[in-house]
Amino acid sequence: MQPAAVEVRNISKAFGASQVLHDVSLSIPVGVSRGLVGRNGAGKSTLVSILTGLLAPNSGKLLFDDVEAPAQRTSREWRNKVACVYQRSTLVPTMSVAENLFANAYPGNPSWVNWSRLRAAARGICEEWELGVNVDTRASDLRVEQRQLVEIARALAKGARFIIFDEPTAALESKEVARLFDRIRRLKREGVTLLYISHHLQEIYDICDSVTVLRDGRVIVAGAEVADLPKDKIVEAMVGEQIARSTRRPPVLSASSAPALSVKHLSLASMFHDISFDISPGEQVGLAGLGGSGKEQIAEAIAGLLTARSGDILVGGVTLKPGHVPTAQLTGVSYVPRDRRRRGILPQLSVAENLTVSIQRTFGNFGWIAPRRLEASARQLFSALSIVASSMRQPVVELSGGNQQKVVIGRALASSPQVLVLVYPTQGVDVAAKEAIFDIVATAQARGAAALIVSDELDELRNCQRVLVVFKGSIVKAFGADWSERDLIAAIEGVDA
Amino acid sequence: MAASAQSGFKARLTSLGLRELTLIPALLIVGFVGWLNNPAFLTSDNLLNILQQSSELSILVIAETLILLLAKIDLSLESIVGFTPMLGAWLISTDPSLGGSGLGLNPALAIAIVFLTGALIGALNGFLVVKMRLSPFIVTLSILILLRGMTLGLTNGTTLFDLPNSFLYLGSAKWGSVPASIWIAALLYLFFGIGLRYHRIGRALYAIGGNSEAARVAGIQVDRVVWGTYIASGLLAALAGLMLSGRIASVVSSQGQNMIFYVFAAAVIGGVNLNGGRGRLVGALTGVLLLGVLQNVLTLSQVPTFWIDAVYGAIILLALIFARLTGDRAEDV
Repeated sequence: MQPAAVEVRNISKAFGASQVLHDVSLSIPVGVSRGLVGRNGAGKSTLVSILTGLLAPNSGKLLFDDVEAPAQRTSREWRNKVACVYQRSTLVPTMSVAENLFANAYPGNPSWVNWSRLRAAARGICEEWELGVNVDTRASDLRVEQRQLVEIARALAKGARFIIFDEPTAALESKEVARLFDRIRRLKREGVTLLYISHHLQEIYDICDSVTVLRDGRVIVAGAEVADLPKDKIVEAMVGEQIARSTRRPPVLSASSAPALSVKHLSLASMFHDISFDISPGEQVGLAGLGGSGKEQIAEAIAGLLTARSGDILVGGVTLKPGHVPTAQLTGVSYVPRDRRRRGILPQLSVAENLTVSIQRTFGNFGWIAPRRLEASARQLFSALSIVASSMRQPVVELSGGNQQKVVIGRALASSPQVLVLVYPTQGVDVAAKEAIFDIVATAQARGAAALIVSDELDELRNCQRVLVVFKGSIVKAFGADWSERDLIAAIEGVDA
Repeated sequence: MAASAQSGFKARLTSLGLRELTLIPALLIVGFVGWLNNPAFLTSDNLLNILQQSSELSILVIAETLILLLAKIDLSLESIVGFTPMLGAWLISTDPSLGGSGLGLNPALAIAIVFLTGALIGALNGFLVVKMRLSPFIVTLSILILLRGMTLGLTNGTTLFDLPNSFLYLGSAKWGSVPASIWIAALLYLFFGIGLRYHRIGRALYAIGGNSEAARVAGIQVDRVVWGTYIASGLLAALAGLMLSGRIASVVSSQGQNMIFYVFAAAVIGGVNLNGGRGRLVGALTGVLLLGVLQNVLTLSQVPTFWIDAVYGAIILLALIFARLTGDRAEDV
């Protein structure tokens, strides 16, 4: 029997207390293309990092062609074995295609660049792989499709015969996807081994021979032929057993009341199209979808961070001025961004100021801030949210992630909003903080606020009375309070179950 | 974490909000050495002299601090100091043969034009930075060079004398026994110091400098604040220019030249972070005072004239190191 191109033997990996991979084993024969699927947090990215030498496992073995993987920090040796095409570019944007193809390993003398030789060698590669790009083009000027092709060609030029594709189609249009698949099939014919990661299950059927399913860091399906594994079986393996969702709270709807938030025919170029929905006061609605489905852009449009091309957003019957955060806030919208480090916290400011920054205008005339009023207002939120900090004056950057997130949510609540838009509100916080955050949202809801939870984590959607599913920019499905996890995931993944 | 590594003394200073005052011991040491060398240092005339000579620099430091808090930069301030009073004086003068315009403009109107020009230059800087998304460094450097050239071109490089008293008032008058320029600088420090601490716009500067994307999400109108701050700093620079001309009773074509280096030195020694979001006006003020006292002491101590700048530079460097060791946190936080 032919040796496996890649063999993972009993690999485990933990980050601190959280075990990310449990005893994972898989083996991919030479020339096979293998799909890897799993929900967010299943351990796919950790596995990819181990396979590409970016992370060392805590235990277990990794073999390429029956030879043990190179030691850590020998990146050149790793690159001869394996290459990965990520969603994000790994090319140096300011350098030409030719330089990127031979990054750090110029043909000929390794210390001096022979430009004519470099460009000739690069042209050779471009012709061989029919890249259709000029070798002098700067990487930043390439389209996503071309950029990926250059990355693949670079990997092959280095001699790699095992390529990992990590959601390569997320940013491609359908024609480009078709062309990418043609090339992937050509790679297969040439005996290259592939590991293909995608959230779009149909793609797995289109180009993979077999599939591995990960769930919660464990291998659920080791390597089944795709022909033997229908979609609903894959979904079942990804989701696992149905967990009882006992915590879902009953709706506190006053059926007659006008909607708190009303979105009407909202569209924005390539992001989302003709989005319409209402949320009543006190209702909690989920907006689910894959990364890149447009759900987060819909939330940003409601918050005034993006300007929709057409359509209206009404809060309590008042039409918002598009793309203007202060009026959205004054009309009653509060927004909790996904990435609290990049978009949430004001790092050097104190906890108290972070909590109250959006309501400072209420603390005095002509923009002056009466410190006592600020303090009183902040103290109320500080204790209501049980934020752990040495004092309210502590710079927020020194708090733990969970407490930073509470501060950002507290800021959203400070203005007693009619509409609360939360994007992945519990991402990256521990279990205790997670529960606390759910309670905070429930309290605001009981007060009559409408909540929109933008997420594809089932755990975050568990209290929603309705869940709307966005797929490629459109709402494709709406679930009532009785949604089942399997149907919801099938809809999120775009599988017609 | 950096916080736990801080010494007890530093932690106490930080908790009192006095981290910016760590330069005061250095200030006292320099003053003591100055007094040892020449008892004339500690006379009220000399001390007022120091304050008056520092007043223009101190106002520029306010302007630059506002900009640095936003994590932006403004190199053009010193050229506004030169250009705007020159334009005013040129419009006032009645004799074209002495380099003026011969227009004989009313001094009050000329002063209004000085401030308006400062504000317009700030607005242009702001436009290029905010709307055109150009790099603040290169934009304000270009404006610096442009205005330097215009200052020379306006009068063919001559110095304008014989200016009306009203035009020189801000830099030459005394209110009580203290020069007006000291009063003005003190009031501005009070106003901007309180504004940075207790006004929405002041806090917005810190928020934007710390994380401009988060500030936008939090509802702060980032572009408007940045633009407005460039305008305010242009105005402050025009005021400093007018005061400097008043003090020396003329406008020299090189007025303000090289001041920007001392502006940065004072702000940074005083704990204003070049990466934005951190620093206080009190600290910047101690930086200005340290430079002013140092200059004075070096002169009184009869350091050879040609060596003063070198000694000055070396001591600024020492002060920076001293400030880092005693108060400032590392840049990489």
